[in-house]
Amino acid sequence: MAAISSTPLVALRNVGKTFPNGVAALAGLDLAVQPGEFVALLGPSGCGKSTALRIIAGLSEPTSGQVEWSPANGIQQQNRIGFVFQEPTLMPWASVFNNIALPLKLKGMLPAKTAERVEAVLERVGLRQFGGAFPRELSGGMRMRVSIARALVTEPQLLLLDEPFGALDEITRFKLNDDLLRMWQALRTTVVFVTHSVFESVYLSSRVVVMAARPGRVFREVAVDAPYPREESFRTSAEYAGFCRQASQTLAQAMAAGGQA
Amino acid sequence: MSAHRPDRDRREQALRVALPIIVLVLGLAIWELAVRLANIPPYVLPAPGRIAQTLVADWSLLAHSLLVTLATTFEGFVLAAAGGVGLAILFSQSRLIEYSLYPYAVILQVTPVVAIAPLLLIYLPQHLAVLACAWIVAFFPVLANTTLGLNSVDRNLADLFALYGASRGETLWRLKLPSALPYMLGGLRIAGGLSLIGAVVAEIAAGSAGAGSGLAYRIAESGYRLNIPRMFAALLLLSVAGIVIFYLLSLLNYLALRRWHESALTPEK
Repeated sequence: MAAISSTPLVALRNVGKTFPNGVAALAGLDLAVQPGEFVALLGPSGCGKSTALRIIAGLSEPTSGQVEWSPANGIQQQNRIGFVFQEPTLMPWASVFNNIALPLKLKGMLPAKTAERVEAVLERVGLRQFGGAFPRELSGGMRMRVSIARALVTEPQLLLLDEPFGALDEITRFKLNDDLLRMWQALRTTVVFVTHSVFESVYLSSRVVVMAARPGRVFREVAVDAPYPREESFRTSAEYAGFCRQASQTLAQAMAAGGQA
Repeated sequence: MSAHRPDRDRREQALRVALPIIVLVLGLAIWELAVRLANIPPYVLPAPGRIAQTLVADWSLLAHSLLVTLATTFEGFVLAAAGGVGLAILFSQSRLIEYSLYPYAVILQVTPVVAIAPLLLIYLPQHLAVLACAWIVAFFPVLANTTLGLNSVDRNLADLFALYGASRGETLWRLKLPSALPYMLGGLRIAGGLSLIGAVVAEIAAGSAGAGSGLAYRIAESGYRLNIPRMFAALLLLSVAGIVIFYLLSLLNYLALRRWHESALTPEK
């Protein structure tokens, strides 16, 4: 267990989720996310990592246990979160600009302020000249950038990403990994990143939470004690390979443990 | 290989336009010849030339009737569109209303309008009865398709709206209706043709009552008078009206969807 230095931004306490059909997706899940950290949830498919993310986002209610936010008072949960789905999940009938502006419009922000914020975030994801394009006119990687921009436009405290780059080719994926790290550092936000890629989880996060399946739970954590900023040199370093080996072994153990439960 | 492709595409395109025209011209020529050679009298089968003459000679009469039928069709179509979309939205907002009313919508749809028309003509003034028929046959495809569309919202997008605390109204306006638009337009394209059919059926049913002056009434009336060329001329106008309605709605469909929906995309140039 890593030493807990400060009050977590959000914590799942003994969270369980049983679906109406009787499948236990999560049982006794404990996970604390510290302000400003980059956590990866790594696990085989069916280990409930997406369910855990949806519970943090408030899209799904736990059947047991609690979700604790700090400070508990004040800000509404929905104003704190940006969510990036597995697919870009853009509205095909709306331009890139209007897709990104959606969360602000739903909050009733004035058009002038909205435009300013959208332009700024478009710049940040490197799509400044694509505001007027429609999603279908963009490549898969660019659509994912739009999706990230939409999640960032509300300036969330917590950014949740659910296997966002799984469908992309490796070159695009590496590029987006680098960009995501840069944005995380610039914005000083907190990130929970769900993935089934060992390499991605180690490259991005300071802490890999390995989950086991049936029922979904935290198996063990792997701390990635490598300094940021991480760049191409880190990807080819022996240090990186070492962490990957460690995470792989933990994942293998988690899968073996999950099979018996 | 690839260099020949544009040529082949253009030839294919030309054939698609030319072939139906060739078939039409050939068919008309054979018809004209057969009527002349066999000396068939026009009250049995008029030749195409004769029909064209009648169309010109009776134009003021027929044009007036065409306008009457088109006006009814248009009114029926607008009411069907509003009713179909309105009911679909209502159904999507309230299960109770959907359960209460949907079976009756189906009953209206499956009962042949030809059988309903005489009853409607008893209870309603003729213009309203014709309109009601146009509405009854045309509203269901709009309702069914729009309902399907409203239920086909991307689940992740629905989650996204929930995440940002969108109200029901906002979700309907910004998410459900745009998602349903392609389906809705598909329903409208069917409804356009159907409202013409509904109007025609009601006019035919009302025909013997004699108060109408639409194209279908013209056909019935000309039939009694054995004015067969005029029957053909009126029929021709009805077909043309149907085709124009279909293409206008297809154009609307294209204009509304061309930037984003798969169905309206042209292949990359």
